[in-house]
Amino acid sequence: MVKNMVKNAAGRLVPTIVNDKPAIPYQGVGKYRPGGNKAAPPIVSCADYPADGNKVVPDLKTALIIAGIKDGMTISTHHHFRNGDLVANQVFDAAAEIGVRDLMWFPSASFPCHAPIIKHLDSGVVHHIEGSMNGPLGDYCSAGKMRGLGVLRSHGGRYQAIQDGEVHIDIAVIAAPTADPFGNANGLTGPSACGLLGFALADAQYADKVIVVTDNLVEFPCIPWQIHGNYVDHVVVMDKIGEPEKIVSGTTEITRSPDRLLIAELAAKFVKEAGILRDGFSFQAGAGGTTLAFAIFLKEMMKEMGIKARFVRGGSNQHLVQMLEEGLTDYILDGQTFDLEGVRSMRENPRHVNTSPFTSYNYHGKGNFASMVDVVVLGATEVDVNFNANVVTHSDGRLLHGIGGWQNCLFSKCTILPIPSFRDRIPVIVDEVTTLCGPGELIDVVVTERGIAINPLRQDLIEATKNSSLPIRPIDEIKKEVEEICGGKPAKPKLGDKIVAVVKWVDGTVLDSIYQVLD
Amino acid sequence: MNLAAEAGRKGAEVRSDCWFRIALTSSGGIQLNLNSKVKTMYGSAIEALIREGLTYFQIDHAIVEFEDSGALPFTIMARLETAVRRLGLEQPKQWLPEFKPFCQYPTSRERFRRSRLYLPGNEPKFMINAGIHKPDGIILDLEDSVAPQEKDAAQTLVRNALMQIDFYGAERMVRINQLPRGLDDLIFVIPYNVHVILIPKCESGDQVKAVEQQVERILAERGLKQEVYYMPIIESALGAIRAYEIATASPNIVALTIGLEDYTADIGTQRTLEGRESFWARSQVVNAARAAGIQPIDTVFSDVADMEGLRQSVLEAKALGFDGKGCIHPRQIPVIHEAFAPSPEEIEKAKKIVMAFESAQQNGLGVVALGSKMIDPPVVKRAQRTIRLAIDSGKLPENWQEGGENHG
Repeated sequence: MVKNMVKNAAGRLVPTIVNDKPAIPYQGVGKYRPGGNKAAPPIVSCADYPADGNKVVPDLKTALIIAGIKDGMTISTHHHFRNGDLVANQVFDAAAEIGVRDLMWFPSASFPCHAPIIKHLDSGVVHHIEGSMNGPLGDYCSAGKMRGLGVLRSHGGRYQAIQDGEVHIDIAVIAAPTADPFGNANGLTGPSACGLLGFALADAQYADKVIVVTDNLVEFPCIPWQIHGNYVDHVVVMDKIGEPEKIVSGTTEITRSPDRLLIAELAAKFVKEAGILRDGFSFQAGAGGTTLAFAIFLKEMMKEMGIKARFVRGGSNQHLVQMLEEGLTDYILDGQTFDLEGVRSMRENPRHVNTSPFTSYNYHGKGNFASMVDVVVLGATEVDVNFNANVVTHSDGRLLHGIGGWQNCLFSKCTILPIPSFRDRIPVIVDEVTTLCGPGELIDVVVTERGIAINPLRQDLIEATKNSSLPIRPIDEIKKEVEEICGGKPAKPKLGDKIVAVVKWVDGTVLDSIYQVLD
Repeated sequence: MNLAAEAGRKGAEVRSDCWFRIALTSSGGIQLNLNSKVKTMYGSAIEALIREGLTYFQIDHAIVEFEDSGALPFTIMARLETAVRRLGLEQPKQWLPEFKPFCQYPTSRERFRRSRLYLPGNEPKFMINAGIHKPDGIILDLEDSVAPQEKDAAQTLVRNALMQIDFYGAERMVRINQLPRGLDDLIFVIPYNVHVILIPKCESGDQVKAVEQQVERILAERGLKQEVYYMPIIESALGAIRAYEIATASPNIVALTIGLEDYTADIGTQRTLEGRESFWARSQVVNAARAAGIQPIDTVFSDVADMEGLRQSVLEAKALGFDGKGCIHPRQIPVIHEAFAPSPEEIEKAKKIVMAFESAQQNGLGVVALGSKMIDPPVVKRAQRTIRLAIDSGKLPENWQEGGENHG
């Protein structure tokens, strides 16, 4: 299927053509310099929009028709409701009714609630998906059933791809918990409040047509306007756009596992011993039970030491909100709210600030926040002995997770992966990752229940913690112990020759290929 | 003899375990239906292991069904052996995994026994990582946490755990069943470096002696020289009355403990948080243990969500004279160690006594004095223990006599 393959700077074989467009192989961290200008949406005139500001149309199907939906277009949606999104499925149901085909779905992330898209992939309404594929969609893609290649991008990489013109969005559909008839919208209020709408920013700025869908239409003006109505073509009102209680999906609950709590505690102790934990520092803890627990241990240490953070980066949750309200941090700079306490705080507290992939993560910008964070803790499905990490596939080769902000966060001053050394019988520390998502040079510390491994590139961290009581060990020693426990090295999955998806690096280059899983 | 037997567990909620059904047939060889969540990575290794086991047990013709929820090899072997034993074949053999070198470290009579973590003997998922939480002791329990119909399964699983799991220096303990079944348990576990046998519902010195005789017989049969220590558990009025007799029944008893759930039922009352109903029995255990020169260890704190309650309970136990506490969740361990750690005042006092003792020794003096007060040898010994405990709890640097800083 894919003939033009080259070995990139990470030693991985990647295609030079992806979905009929040329693609640049990964060249190394910070090596690729793009040229030219950014993409731009078409020039429009107020003369074509209602002077009274009322852009409301009867329903989603009508909006898509007026927006000019046709075969082969790219349609985007967003994951502010995570597994509680009710809009994306309706977009493609409407597209199927209209009778268009071969659409490219460009979600900021997909979740198990989007399994109904599979019938549109089967029927040809949707050609392929460029965006994270979790659960049933991941299995569908892994099995080689999708016509085009899946393209996995980080949140920052998605912004970069739109901004650089790599992906042109024909129609963006933005589900907004509150909007006015002009299209001003926010995520803070209304029955489906989800916090913020940052993932839709690039879509609003660069798409040809923008449709705002809301279940809480208010009279102009909708304040604050996280999305400016000046970007919006049409407004649709429906009964219910999302189930905000499902924002709290599996990855946002604190672990109860004693082993994971131990890992989180060790990670927090490492941050303290390495001297990172000091007055005015900053941190980000990703979604996931262990990383959430990390934040709680850190909070206790901060109280003991009598220090506070200048800012913490969200995904916010009730624990970060408590830190803000107890004065343990000056600000939360939030990319998405992971629970309803996060939504409330963002609504009420001016120090709980909404951010977007543009401010936080865009690699083709004049800097971004991610590299200014003192320490970030992230999950991973696999890490190899060179600290390269995988976050999208499991050791059996199946595509199961999206990248999220993970790649972007690697640019923090200290990147820590608190992960179990094995799950059930499956080693997490391996000789070579199944899929490369993060180059080892950006991953500083791996914290497992069986010891802490520091990347030899970080002699400063090794030096800072050498007299501590922390269980610091070489990573290959932990790997050997785990292989002994699990009964030998795991066999490699049986993969086909067919590539089903590619992983993009933050600069839009192709970092790795994901292969079809046989059997 | 049965034609078919099952062992282990399967289902969506099961982790790190597996399930076998073996149906003997008269011909057709081995038909193996293998279903595993780690099939991609370990499917062929699992099949080879199962076939090796069937060959070992001389089963040539059978339909073998296997459902795996990520079981490690020691569990797969234990479940297969249990299924075969349940077939009731003649001469049930034990199918032993490798006795790993890291399972063969020694213990000592005097070591700390502040925390002992109970693990259900038929639940592999809790065993695998128990040691990383650094309890002083890990108890593989064959008694109350194991359902009556799974006692045989727990025997093989606990035996394999003792042979294969690294408990990272924790004292290796097994709670056997009440006698006489407990004597059968010993056959499975004693050869594999069990440090301490917990004897439940102990009511007489003779029960300890019966256990000791069986242990010595097993050790002698195998030509093993190791010491096996005992920790009787007082769980009845009669046991409490006879606490000193029990505590002194064998020179290898290192600790005496109490189980309050059964004790309070036996005296016709209920366990309260305040614990007034068990004050006498707990003090009795402390006094019997101290009189016998062994460690008094308190009962289990079973509310795993109440860490402050646990801390208070340990401080109370410490005040009553206990040296240790039982626990059932790994997160309880650091709380217990912290609460048993000596206070700054205790550490300062102990430092003075130990320094006075050492200076007396250097000067060849037989009598230790601190200021104008004479210090008796038991006080010195207690102070030395306090110093060791302070170092172990991170309250005192190991090189404290050289003016080292405390990094704890």
